[in-house]
Amino acid sequence: MSSDSKLKPIEVKIVADPNYVSVVRSAVRSAAALVGMAEEDIDSVNLALSEAITNVIRHGYGGSCDEPIILNINHLTDDPDGEALEFVLRDFGKQVAPETIKSRDLDEIRPGGLGVHIIKSIMDEVSYDCAEEKGMTLRMVKRVKRAP
Amino acid sequence: MSEADKTGVVKNIRNEQNAVVLELRGDIDMSRSSELREQILDVLQQKPAALVINMTDVAFMDSSGLATLVEAMQLSQRHGSSLRLTGLATRVRSVFEISRLDTIFEIYESESEALS
Repeated sequence: MSSDSKLKPIEVKIVADPNYVSVVRSAVRSAAALVGMAEEDIDSVNLALSEAITNVIRHGYGGSCDEPIILNINHLTDDPDGEALEFVLRDFGKQVAPETIKSRDLDEIRPGGLGVHIIKSIMDEVSYDCAEEKGMTLRMVKRVKRAP
Repeated sequence: MSEADKTGVVKNIRNEQNAVVLELRGDIDMSRSSELREQILDVLQQKPAALVINMTDVAFMDSSGLATLVEAMQLSQRHGSSLRLTGLATRVRSVFEISRLDTIFEIYESESEALS
């Protein structure tokens, strides 16, 4: 794909099963490569998406199940802050107040609870919202820095 | 020397001097972190002087894998063992750095350094 063309919207739907998270990583890697994102940023974005989906399975659905998780990937080319990839993750699980979703204190050395910190460290924009009927929507934006 | 299940997260387990070397492979995420936890617990039951985890063949790891390693480090300290990591690709090392855990673990450039 040439650098001036726009990636068409992509939708990936999986069940909330940890074995399918790698399928989303493959799709994200391919989409990010198509827009020419630098390899280092592709790795980071993949990590953030893996964390986000893991959180949905663990906290939104309370464990592995057959409920859906939907990821939409949009190529933002008219954004005033620059070209970016937008990732919108939708689940239909438990709702939580967005303002309660926070990174934990990193000085505390213990297993777990690092997902939100990792997502916010990697992505340029992160916002959680309660969906209309049930579940949550997580919107993440990563500006595209092209490979040299 | 024993070769673990070809589809498993553990590629191989070896005894080297006073250390046990655990060679991992593939992606380590929520789908495989519990398997890794069980394998590490089994090794730590042997109370080796050191447990060296070689991650040369690990292409991806998220915080599920990292949580398992944090737990392993805490358990190894209780067992009097030293947990050492080696073979971390840049993309795997970045998970430690983002989480500010790269200074908490003993991370070596090569397996021979980790064993020395």
